[in-house]
This record gives sequence, C-alpha cells and structure tokens, in this order.
Amino acid sequence: MAEIHAPGLAHHFDSYQQQKEAAFFGMWVFLATEVLFFGGLFCAYLVYRSANPEAFAAGSRELDIVLGAINTAVLIGSSLTMALAVHAAQVGKRKMIAAWMGATILLGGTFLGIKVVEYSHKIHEGHFPGPNFVWHGPEVNVEMFFNVYFLMTGLHALHMIIGIGIMLVLIPLAWKGRFTPESHNYVEGFGLYWHFVDIVWIFLFPLLYLLDVG
Amino acid sequence: MSELANNFGRRLHYLNADYGVKSWLLTRDHKRIALLYLASISLFFALGGLMAVGIRLELATPGADLVQPDTYNRLFTMHGVLMIFLFLIPSIPATLGNFLIPLMIGAKDLAFPKVNLASWYVYNIAGLFTLWAVAQGGVDTGWTFYTPYSTTYSNSYVVATALGVFTVGFSSIMTAVNFIVTIHRMRAPGLTWFRLPLFVWAHYATSLVIILGTPVVAVTILMVAAERILRIGIFDPALGGDPVLFQHLFWFYSHPAVYIMILPSMGVISELITAFTRKRIFGYKFIAFASVSIAVLGFLVWGHHMFLSSQSVYAGAVFSVLSMLVAVPSAIKVFNWTATLYKGSVSWDTPMLYALGFIGLFTIGGLTGVMLATLGIDIHVHDTYFVVAHFHYVMVGGAIMGYLGGLHFWWPKITGRLYPVFWSKFSAIVIFVGFNLTFFPQFLLGYLGMPRRYHVYPADFQVLNVMSSAGATILGVGYLIPLFYFFWSMRYGERADRNPWGAIGLEWMTGSPPPTHNFHEPPTVDWDAYAYLPDTPGGTGEAWDAAKPTSEAPEHG
Amino acid sequence: MSEHITPIRTYLLIFFALMILTVVTVAVAMVDLGALNDVVAMGIAIFKASLVVLFFMHVKKSRLMTKITVVASAFWLLILFGLTLSDYVTRGFL
Repeated sequence: MAEIHAPGLAHHFDSYQQQKEAAFFGMWVFLATEVLFFGGLFCAYLVYRSANPEAFAAGSRELDIVLGAINTAVLIGSSLTMALAVHAAQVGKRKMIAAWMGATILLGGTFLGIKVVEYSHKIHEGHFPGPNFVWHGPEVNVEMFFNVYFLMTGLHALHMIIGIGIMLVLIPLAWKGRFTPESHNYVEGFGLYWHFVDIVWIFLFPLLYLLDVG
Repeated sequence: MSELANNFGRRLHYLNADYGVKSWLLTRDHKRIALLYLASISLFFALGGLMAVGIRLELATPGADLVQPDTYNRLFTMHGVLMIFLFLIPSIPATLGNFLIPLMIGAKDLAFPKVNLASWYVYNIAGLFTLWAVAQGGVDTGWTFYTPYSTTYSNSYVVATALGVFTVGFSSIMTAVNFIVTIHRMRAPGLTWFRLPLFVWAHYATSLVIILGTPVVAVTILMVAAERILRIGIFDPALGGDPVLFQHLFWFYSHPAVYIMILPSMGVISELITAFTRKRIFGYKFIAFASVSIAVLGFLVWGHHMFLSSQSVYAGAVFSVLSMLVAVPSAIKVFNWTATLYKGSVSWDTPMLYALGFIGLFTIGGLTGVMLATLGIDIHVHDTYFVVAHFHYVMVGGAIMGYLGGLHFWWPKITGRLYPVFWSKFSAIVIFVGFNLTFFPQFLLGYLGMPRRYHVYPADFQVLNVMSSAGATILGVGYLIPLFYFFWSMRYGERADRNPWGAIGLEWMTGSPPPTHNFHEPPTVDWDAYAYLPDTPGGTGEAWDAAKPTSEAPEHG
Repeated sequence: MSEHITPIRTYLLIFFALMILTVVTVAVAMVDLGALNDVVAMGIAIFKASLVVLFFMHVKKSRLMTKITVVASAFWLLILFGLTLSDYVTRGFL
C-alpha cells in the first residue's frame, strides 16, 4: 500500500525527518560504543603510566613531537574539510561533496603516511614491542609504553583506514547526485565518525607525545 | 488490498509472503531474522548442552574415569563460552526481542533492517570462529580468559576463540543500536514511554548495557590476542604487566553481561505474569525504572568477582556494598510480580508455569548473590560449586526459564500454530524438577568446599554429585521435549487465532502470524499497557480486545 | 528543510581555534609545571574535543537525546576509570 514512497526513504519510515533522526541517533549510539572501545585502552594507559611514570616519560621522549604536531594539524584540517563536505550536502552541491571528501582523503592519507614514517623509525630503532624490543636506557618497563603506543595509534589508524574506505564508496555516489539536501544521511553520519576519529587523536597526541618534554 | 491474500486465497503473512532459501537469507524482515537467530542459537545451545553432558558424566564418579584432565578443562571452558557468548547473550533479545519490539511499539520494522540482517551474519561468523576453535581442540582457559595463563601458558586455541567472542560482540552491538533507536524513534502515535510494555523497557535497558559494556571487553580481548600473537606483556607480570587490570577490564563488561542475560528474561516475565493473572501489573513504573537502574548499577559492581585477586580491600568493600544495591531493584521486581499475582485470576497455562518457576529460581539465585557479595562469605565459598550453583540459578533458572516461557507465550504469534498443552506443561515441570535436582546439590557441595573446575573430587562428595548428574539428565530430557513438539506444531498444530491468550498488547492485535509489515493500518495507541480491568467482570483481554478496532482484515484461510 | 545549517564561517573559526590550541598544548608542554602539565594538557584536549563535538558534530544544535548520549558515554568512561583506579589508588593504604 505504501508504494508511493519518496526516493531514498525506506519503507518502514514515515518521513525523511524520522529516517534522518533515526540514522543520526543510531550513529551517536554507535559512537558511544567507540568511546568505550578506546576507553579500555585509555584505562590501561592510565594504570600503566601511573605505575611506570619514568618509563612512560622516557618512551614519550623517543617520539617525534614535530611529526606528531604536524599530524594533529593535518587531522584537524581533515575534520574541517569533512565538515565542509557535509555543508555542501546540506546546500545540495553534489560536486563539492565529492571534492571536499577527496580533500579529506588526501589529508587522511597524509596523516597515515606520516604515521608510517614514524612507525618505521620506531621499528628500526627496535622499539616495536615483542621479544626483539631493545631499550638501552636505565628505565625499566619502557616496552609497556610502546605496547600502549602501538595499540592506541594502531587502532586509531585502523579507524582512519576504514573511514577512507567508506569515503571511496561515498564519493562516486555523491558525484552521481545520490545525496540531496533532504536525504544525505550517509554523508552526515560519516562526518560524525570522522570527527570522532579526530577527537581520539586530540587526546592521544598530548598523552603520548608530550610527556615530560619540558 | 492485494496484500491480504496470496494466490491460494490464504491470508498472507510474513511466512508465506515469499518462499525459497534466498527469501530467508536476504530478508530484512525482523520477524524472519528472529527465526534465523532462533535456529542459530538453538544449535549453539545444543552444543553447549553436549559439553555439559560431558562434564556431568565425568563428575558422576570421584575419579578421572571418562576424560583426561586437559579435556575436562576444555569441556567446561567451551561450555561456558558457547552458552554465554553464543547462546545466553543473544537468546531473548535476538529472537523474541527482534520479533516483538517492532510489533509491540506498532512499527513496520526495526530502524535499521539491513544492520539487523548483518548482525545475524556476523553472529554466524563468530560462531564459525568458535566452532573452528572447538574443532581444533578447544580452549582450556575457562570462559574468563584470565591472564597470564591465557596469554602466556595455555597451549589451546585462545586466539581463535577470542576472535569468536570479539566478533559476536559486534553482532550484539548492532542489535542493541537497532533496539535503542527503534524504541526512541519508531513508536506508534500515542505510545508514550509509560505506555510501553515492560518487555520493551527491559530490552531498552539491556541494549544500554550492551552498548556501553561490549566495546570494553572487545578491546580487552584484542589486547589478549595481541599479547599472544606479538609475544608482548600487556597483562604478563613477568614483563611488567598487570593481570588484575585484565580482570578489571574483563569484568567491566562481563558482570553487566549477566544483566544482558537476565533483564530480557525479566521483561518476558512481566508480560507473562500480567497476561495470566488478567490484572494490570502492580507498580508499572517501579518495574520500568528497576530495569534501567539494574542496567546502571550493574556497571558499578564488577569488583565483586575480584575479592581474592589482590584487589585493594577498600575497593572490595565499596564493590561489596554496591553489589548489594542491585538487590534493591531486583527485589522490587519480584515483589511487584508477586503483588500482581495477589487476587488475580491466575491461569496455569504453560508460559505461566515458566514464569512462576522463574520467580522462585531467580529469587534463590539472587539471594545467594547477595551472600557472595559479602566479603567474608565470599572468601569461604570463592571458586566453589556454591558460585557455580548461584550463577546457574540466575542464568538457567532465570534467563532460560524466561526464554522458554516467552517462546511458549509467543509461539502462536510467531508460527500461527498452537503446541500440545499436555506435553508443554509436562516438559515445563520436568525442566523445573531437573533443574533443581541438578543445581541445588551444588550449593551444598560448594558450601562443603568442593572447588569448581576440577575433574576429580573426594569420594565424600559423590552422593551429591550423582544427584546433580541425574538432575542434568532429567533437565536435558526436559529441553528436548519442546524441540519435538515445537517442530511438530509447525505442521500439525492447531491454528492459533489472533489472540489465543486473550492478552493485551499491540502484537496481539495483528494476525498470527503477522503480515510482513506487521500492521495493515498503522496503529494508534490511547490506552495504558496491560489495561486489564481487574474489578470489572469480563474486564479481560478478550473484552478489551473486542472493544478495540482490529488492525487485521478478516481471516481467509 | 527546517534543519539548521552551520555557516562556513563558524567552521573556519573553530578550525583556527583548534590550530591555536594545538600550538598552545605543545608550547605549554615545553614548560615544566610538574603535575600541572597533565592537568593543562588534558584541559586543553577536553576543550578542543568539546569544540569538535559542539560545532563540527553539530551537537550544540542537536536534540536533547544526542546531548544525553554524549554525556552518558563520557560518564561511563569515568565509571570505568574511576572504579578501576579505586582499586589501584587504595592498595597502598593498608
């Protein structure tokens, strides 16, 4: 009976408004699970750092603040371009959606590239945790810092890779005009995800890179 | 409308709307997905049950007569993993919850039907990982994966099992997100929060726990897997790690997970008690808020699993007091259910037998929980069969009783068929007797000092253990009977009408089985939940039902 | 649509604020304030995250339920940290 539905409106919703509210609320609830997911790691960080303050400070000094700061700026920039993509969707500029998302991918890729450089330095210096971990300083248990570092930044990077993958799907759809000012929940919902990933890094940067550098 | 009948003049409903394997495997209908889940979880329930059979057989004699110690360790571990992660956690939410929540709130489907279908596939992938681990030889760490044993010493398939547990978490999160959004955004006009059935409240609370707890255990399991694969020492004291931290992170989820198992069951019981006493439930708002407060308090008590783990005694004292607080909302529920029974016109239909069984068994399980939350007593009975009996009273006596009660209550709605009355009552009684015979002796065993997780025990304990094993046999038979008559009823059972129990609720206003989009006319609600009129003669569901406009077209076939 | 569209100017302002705060974080970290370093760093991070949540993620203009979801996830994080630390902090008291 309800075959008179508008394009982009699923059969079980009564209106775009309901569909949109459901989609965003669903995304937010999902992000709450993401907060707790990273929360487990932050909890481990908290416990191990308070148990090994010197080791964490020493490990942190090994990280490259300049690269870390650049990456922070790059990621904040990518959040801006993502916000602009959402704005383009809201005002119905389909090519601009694709363009700003393209820029977001570029910045996200830059971030990951810099991350690869940092990782390879650390691996080269023997700071990758495992049986081959090397530490010459007097501090004990520095490996724990690098456990936490690689887990946290690794999971963060994985979230970015997934995000870039999703954008690669969304860009052609945007280009073809699949998203209208009435119906662009995928773009806006994805935007929330990308900003969340940015927020995680906003916390990771000072917690990992800026310990005891003064 | 052409939607009402199929080519053979039969009333069209979700089961005959479409045929073929593809129409099931690609369905987005929450009702069909519920049935897919029912099939999957039943498989894992049977498998977990088989492991239990092995355990009880070995424990029938004091010596190591049946299996090797190592095999025994794998048996109880796989029993726990399968039953908890692949059966109990999805049991009611993924089957009855999936089927009923849209019906109960007057929606056409859950908010995200594709996500719902995906969750079933993810569940099965998780199941395959776990089965693969079983086929390889299983895992022997206990379902809790305590470190450093699980990360450093165990030679069993920890990573494969961990992968299964990690993956099944995604499936529950998908279901929970769906429920929360659906309950918030898709309620029928007029269906305010305090008109919702308590089943829906219970699932809302459950979903909160899933969403806020599951990710923590996911990342913890990931750390265990990383530790094993990379040979690092996140939780290994030899490498500076802290095994107690693992326990904190693990129980942050795994204690609330107990409420994931019991809350939906409580929701079912609220529905059953009110339907079979023909009375509005006593203290509706108290039960609704009790569900939510159990969900919240459930997150504040995890340390009671760690009283003897070198956790600080101060933290232990705090966790002990907080744990006892959970008894308050739980008791509110039990008291309100019994108050509803008072002066109700109680009928002894099969679902009601399960509901009454639940109240008694859950009370025993809950009260022994308060004993265990007491620091001094816990030191005495820690890691004994007392604990085993306690959580089986909650999970089997509580959660599974509710699950079976709900299945019997809504089976006519799900399949459009009735099951045999005699056999269903018979099996309910068999299950109740078998359950108590299995687990009550374990309280005594534990109190006398028999530790859990050992395949041998002193000969003094044999009588009680044989009682337990005999009870398990009876319980197993009790579980098999419904399997037969449910299958039988699908083909040969008498046809059920729209509302076979004379119960009140939106799900009873549509056909049995419901049409694909649940209601032919979107319902509007202007009555409170359970609007039975206890003081009016004939103020039953039937009378209420007759007075309400039906949302269903006349039956054709 | 009746939905609120954030003007581009707001996005740019927030972006610059976040950039400046990043520079401030690094600069403050170079000064030894003892234990205060962590407090300041976390304070700035929370402020930055709030800016992203409120403006980039539009929570300022969102429904109450969205706000509750944000607050609830932060609150549960505090439960996790708080009760875990209740163990570690009080172990030495005995």
